[in-house]
Amino acid sequence: MAGTTLYEKLWAGHVVTAPEDEPTLLYIDLHLVHEVTSPQAFDGLRLNGRRVRRPDLTLATADHNVPTDPLSVAVSDPISRRQLEVLDENCAEFGITVFPRGHENQGIVHVIGPELGVTQPGMTIVCGDSHTSTHGAFGSLAFGIGTSEVEHVLATQTLPQQKARTMSVTVEGLPPAGVSAKDIVLAIVGRLGTGGGAGYVIEYRGSAIEALSMEGRMTVCNMSIEAGARAGLVAVDETTIEYLRGRPGVPDGDAFESAADRWRSFVSDDDAVFDKELTLQAADLVPYITWGTNPAQVVALDGVVPSPEDVADADEKNTLTRALAYMDLTPGTALRSIPVDVVFIGSCTNSRIEDLRAAAEVARGHQVREGVRALVVPGSRRVKNQAEAEGLDQIFVAAGFEWREPGCSMCLGMNPDILSPGQRCASTSNRNFEGRQGRGGRTHLVSPVVAAATAILGRFASPEEVVA
Amino acid sequence: MKPVRILEGRAVPLERSDVDTDQIIPSDWLKRVERTGFGRGLFSEWRDDTNFVLNQPQYVGATILIAGPRFGTGSSREHAVWALMDYGFAAIIAPSFGDIFRNNSAKQGLVIVQLSPEDVEDLIVLVKNEPTTLIVVDVERLSVEAPELGWRRQFALDPITQERLLEGWDDIGISLRREGAIARYEATSLAPSLRDVFDDAGHARARG
Repeated sequence: MAGTTLYEKLWAGHVVTAPEDEPTLLYIDLHLVHEVTSPQAFDGLRLNGRRVRRPDLTLATADHNVPTDPLSVAVSDPISRRQLEVLDENCAEFGITVFPRGHENQGIVHVIGPELGVTQPGMTIVCGDSHTSTHGAFGSLAFGIGTSEVEHVLATQTLPQQKARTMSVTVEGLPPAGVSAKDIVLAIVGRLGTGGGAGYVIEYRGSAIEALSMEGRMTVCNMSIEAGARAGLVAVDETTIEYLRGRPGVPDGDAFESAADRWRSFVSDDDAVFDKELTLQAADLVPYITWGTNPAQVVALDGVVPSPEDVADADEKNTLTRALAYMDLTPGTALRSIPVDVVFIGSCTNSRIEDLRAAAEVARGHQVREGVRALVVPGSRRVKNQAEAEGLDQIFVAAGFEWREPGCSMCLGMNPDILSPGQRCASTSNRNFEGRQGRGGRTHLVSPVVAAATAILGRFASPEEVVA
Repeated sequence: MKPVRILEGRAVPLERSDVDTDQIIPSDWLKRVERTGFGRGLFSEWRDDTNFVLNQPQYVGATILIAGPRFGTGSSREHAVWALMDYGFAAIIAPSFGDIFRNNSAKQGLVIVQLSPEDVEDLIVLVKNEPTTLIVVDVERLSVEAPELGWRRQFALDPITQERLLEGWDDIGISLRREGAIARYEATSLAPSLRDVFDDAGHARARG
């Protein structure tokens, strides 16, 4: 008999009951909550006289619509302000720990879970946010849910689930210098397409994934949903365990070692069989950039804007033509020749300390090109404090970047950080959908180092072009 | 949720693929704390365009949306379902759907009809030729039909979702009946309590 995949182990370990003719009821170990997808769920509880079953397994933070202005500036948008207040009120009423704007632990929900050590191997983790897949980097089953499901988890600490199929994505070998975790996942999403992972949980494997830091693995798992997969996974190894050691959410001493021993079991068996397999050679990878309006519309940074003439399928031709029009691009244009108006370094994909260090290394001693607005938005207060302790803020500010308060910021156009119609942005975020960063805005997804180099040259660029 | 058995209405063809949930309801609308009123935000980036299909007079009042492949991918926002239903849609017909969107739809009683790309294309042609065509979606028989034209196709729905739609069941109510099983599981659960990690003000407790 074939061995068991990591996904199957995580699933089996959380089955509350598996009645015939009904979905399996899975137990949820950690429920992360934010202001946008929770108010209607709390309302539903109140309407039905229900309580939160396990407030002690529930953690809330304000992230999506907090302004990233200095804390002294009040939240000016009354609708946003109300939503933030409602989160605080709901958490107080139902006994849930919450990190409001300004709190020492506040930040993007997918940044704070791992950094506080509350995201742990072997867990089931959900959040009303599709990028919950991020936490799969720890060998935990983590996926995004809708508001009705948020209400369901609040009330029962369980979710009815259908088992997904399994897919392994193996990246063999080590990538060339200058290729980051973001480039790896852009390559994968480009290969799978926006629907290629639908119905699957992806396990990322191979020496290129093993060589990544936890932060790099989070970047990869984060964008699983952009290929349609609800969850991404990376097996637990010593990198996972060393990342967690000493964090607030994990035990100390012998208790940590015994937890670590248990965590080491969260790997796929050597003879496990996946429903689908994809292998990429790391040596073939290069820095990538999206040119269009979905995250699978990826080309090499060295490449050119594709032409609808190059595709045969009528539907795809139509999609390409529409994307070119929205993005105001001409087929055959070299990506490196395209000027930008805005550069955004941040989001749950790329706002962690290693991302900021890499970007600062490129920016150090240079100046943001005149006419370009460049923002650096740390993923959390802890990341911001760490970066300031290392002097990264000084490097960014000296180079002409804005150094801002933590939040989702310009990833999604829900707070004051938005693009104006027609503006073109190099963004380290995860979605380049029409209007994602503000109505009429044009988003190109890139890695932190490409974003930093682009800010300095005023057009899409790689770090080597930024001459010291 | 109200039981859904048979939906009858006119359809509107949205001939676009990869309509993600950011297009269905832009994020600016997500700041609201209410569950109603999202219909005004449906496809709001496109609705200023008088040629946009929803603005064409022959499609006003349609209750069935026909779309291209990969409808509802991207963000988990259930607001996308609320917006479609608040606007008046009761069923979406497309060749494929985003997974989270599909789940969210089932929770709200929005019927997801997945047909082959060829069948969707057929139906779009029928509707464009004759926008007044009555379309009937039958959740019990799992069929979609244009009776006047003799066009009929079957679609698949997992039996559980089908039953939920037909009965109008509330998932939470069903799961709460499993209290015994939940409590038994919980007794063996290793999920660490956050009470041990944070104090009442959310500060990390001193370690050791």
